Amino acid sequence: MPTFVRTDKCDGCKGQDKTACMYICPHDLMKLDKDGSETGHAMRAYNQEPEQCWECYCCVKICPQQAIEARHYADIVPLGGSVQPLRGSDSIIWTIKFRNGTLKRFKFPIRTTPEGSIDPYGGKPAADLSRIEEPGFFVDSNGFRAGNRSELINI
Amino acid sequence: MAGEFGNPEVIEEELDILLVGGGMACCGAAFEVMRWAEGTDLKIKLVDKAAMDRSGAVAMGLSAINTYIGTEQDPADYARMVSNDLMGITRDDLTYDVGRHVDESVHLFEEWGLPIWKTDENGERFDGSKGMTPLKDGGKPVRSGRWQIMINGESYKWIVAEAAKKALGTDNIQEHVFVVKLVNDKNEPNRIAGAVGFSVREDKIFIYKAKAILLAAGGCVNIFRPRSVGEGMGRAWYPVWNAGSTYAMAAEAGAEMTMMENRFVPNRFKDGYGPVGAWFLLFKSKATNGDGEIYLDRNKEMLDDYPPYGQASVPASCLRNHLMLKEMKEGRGPIWMDTVTALANLRETMTPREVKHLEAEAWEDFLDMCIGQCGIWVGENIEPEKKNSELMPTEPYLLGSHSGCCGIWVSGPTDVGAPMEEKMEGIPAHLPKGWNWGYRGMTTVTGLWTAGDGVGASGHKFSSGSHAEGRIAAKAMVKYCLDNKDLKPELDTSIEDLVAEIYKPVRNYLEFKDYTTAIDINPNYITPKMLQFRLQKIMDEYVAGVATYYTTNAHMLVVAGEKIDMLKEDAEKMRAKDLHELLRAWENYHRIITAEAHMEHIEFRQESRYPGFYYRMDKNFVDEENWKCFVNSIYDKQTKKWTCFKRAHVDLVDKSKLFK
Ligand SMILES: Cc1cc2nc3c(=O)[nH]c(=O)nc-3n(C[C@H](O)[C@H](O)[C@H](O)COP(=O)(O)OP(=O)(O)OC[C@H]3O[C@@H](n4cnc5c(N)ncnc54)[C@H](O)[C@@H]3O)c2cc1C
Ligand code: SF4
Ligand code: SF4
Repeated sequence: MPTFVRTDKCDGCKGQDKTACMYICPHDLMKLDKDGSETGHAMRAYNQEPEQCWECYCCVKICPQQAIEARHYADIVPLGGSVQPLRGSDSIIWTIKFRNGTLKRFKFPIRTTPEGSIDPYGGKPAADLSRIEEPGFFVDSNGFRAGNRSELINI
Repeated sequence: MAGEFGNPEVIEEELDILLVGGGMACCGAAFEVMRWAEGTDLKIKLVDKAAMDRSGAVAMGLSAINTYIGTEQDPADYARMVSNDLMGITRDDLTYDVGRHVDESVHLFEEWGLPIWKTDENGERFDGSKGMTPLKDGGKPVRSGRWQIMINGESYKWIVAEAAKKALGTDNIQEHVFVVKLVNDKNEPNRIAGAVGFSVREDKIFIYKAKAILLAAGGCVNIFRPRSVGEGMGRAWYPVWNAGSTYAMAAEAGAEMTMMENRFVPNRFKDGYGPVGAWFLLFKSKATNGDGEIYLDRNKEMLDDYPPYGQASVPASCLRNHLMLKEMKEGRGPIWMDTVTALANLRETMTPREVKHLEAEAWEDFLDMCIGQCGIWVGENIEPEKKNSELMPTEPYLLGSHSGCCGIWVSGPTDVGAPMEEKMEGIPAHLPKGWNWGYRGMTTVTGLWTAGDGVGASGHKFSSGSHAEGRIAAKAMVKYCLDNKDLKPELDTSIEDLVAEIYKPVRNYLEFKDYTTAIDINPNYITPKMLQFRLQKIMDEYVAGVATYYTTNAHMLVVAGEKIDMLKEDAEKMRAKDLHELLRAWENYHRIITAEAHMEHIEFRQESRYPGFYYRMDKNFVDEENWKCFVNSIYDKQTKKWTCFKRAHVDLVDKSKLFK
């Protein structure tokens, strides 16, 4: 299901240097057509290699204008369905439309902390350099499983 | 100021530690390394070809953490399971070490905000937003299998990357730079000295000198012709952006590779490649042939051909494919996942609240990590409670952290009884003897580390284990840098030569583009896309792709070898008409080297170790006596030739416990 960009919604991320979709696509597919020379639509983004699209929806989820949708791979899938997310700060809502018109909507949690709130070392001990060669990490989150040594048959 | 197309600006940086890749392994490394490096003034940088928030295999999200040991199991149980799934040939030292560390990372994910499903005291399950007791304080996860726990994982990578980015600081992160090659040390050829890459956004080349490099750029997809070759070509199971960079760059730097003959051929929902794990394990669904027979039962006795691996309570993944392929080859397709019966059965045993959630869970499994499968379902009007879905084995992928174990040979932990000697003969003299030769996670090239998909002979780490393995490597890298404070790496190649090499596809284009009227058809260069098609055709037709039902033989491999030699020569004539195509050019170069390793290893191993993943029809058996060993190799970048050799396999935990 390669992505496509709606001409009526994309605003080229307001002419910023980095558009959100270009920034996020892990496969470097989204491209801003600054002067319209490639698509006929100046200051709109497009998927420059649709047959390389993994349908990861990273661009769809991040677009501030909800301008990106996906049209299922034409060589595999009958036309007419759609799967469209709306990603919020703590949950994502999916609207799913079948070819026969059936509609479904799902909402799933995506994170339990506010975005940007992670304090990686907050409340955690400093590393103890004298233990750098021992198993375990600088912090013990109650997850190190020392294991039953008698299971190791060569020691 | 960036340069111009064909004449890039060159940026040089001197570092202590360079992390190549921004996936699970490097995010783990980033988090761990900065804490150990506090107060040491080590210079550390991470380089990713994409944006860390959504790069690598977890870009889309995941619906399960596939490795969580918990308090009720032992790391030795985990090492045993991994070994059996990979037909007996894994490094117990590496898997055991991941097994004892992995839950540490899972507990951090939960602390950072990843919602993890829980069960209450009555066994009823709740999604991860309900704020129940965290795992680290004894909360009970929802197991979808013995090792897997369910999550609401749409933002999994986003969360893990946030912690890594905060730990590193933005100044120490370079995104959208594709690393093309590693550079060895001028004075000590078996030591790493740096890495070079280019920006996919601006005309810039980056030359990094570093004492220690963690190369964790994922596994390899698209060396085989995918099942769909039109618009759906991008819908491989494995993420299309992991192009074998880890294996190719390590091999070219001289690192010893291991088990490159191994591959993963997942059995997935047809065309969308949606995951089947939750369907089998959580929803207790069965797969049938076209006649409605459960082929795993029908063909059960075929497992006895492969003792002991077929006789464990969960037979090796490749053998389950082997049973399915029999149905397909004998014309009893299509293969169905019987979702209708599974969901009907579950409705009988669940509370009404749970039934309501059940349908959502089934959809979430795809929406969290394989949205394309939902696209197929809506397009074909498939509601899983009303209509079954087809299954199909995919084209082969090379990876070391999922249900595969190809990769790089690394130094293991010293406290689990790993061998210190090597029993096999014929190993190149410069290579280490036992399984630990120094810093944990270091390859056989001094100063070069890997983790996640990069580490060979130890699969089933998955997202959590890869993160933990990155952290293990990070500690060792800090130690190495502190032990080698005065080391001054010197690149063995001049900057001009490196720049010329990286931009060669651009020069090819600029030099010849006006020779013909059609930009893509020109006798002086080849487009990266056509080069990829050629590689895929060779691999598919001669090296056991889907075209031959995963079969090959020694004669076919000889033909493949000749064709790949010429392809490698032609790779020097790749063109790049823009930076995007330069990215594709180098990805495909990495693919060729990875594919070649795969082919050489299959040729060397005189048996069919992974029935269901590939068959050497001239050696169509598992030969425990002669081939229960590692196949390792080194690549000589001067002669462009591979040398394969055996290393002895040793058990560090008792495997017989699997078969009681
Ligand atoms: C389809 C699929 C489903 C999975 N499902 C699950 C699951 O349900 N549960 C689970 O626990 N695990 C799952 N896994 C496994 C998990 O995703 C991997 O084990 C894990 O991501 C491996 O980590 P890594 O760091 O080695 O590679 P990745 O996370 O893939 O990261 C690779 C990184 O390298 C970068 N890179 C690549 N090439 C270059 C280059 N040349 N230069 C610079 N950067 C580069 C990429 O951009 C990326 O940042 C799944 C994997 C796949 C493919
Ligand atoms: S992110 Fe959306 S608005 Fe911005 S350029 Fe892309 S499609 Fe247009
Ligand atoms: S869906 Fe994913 S692969 Fe396709 S264009 Fe968007 S970000 Fe890129």
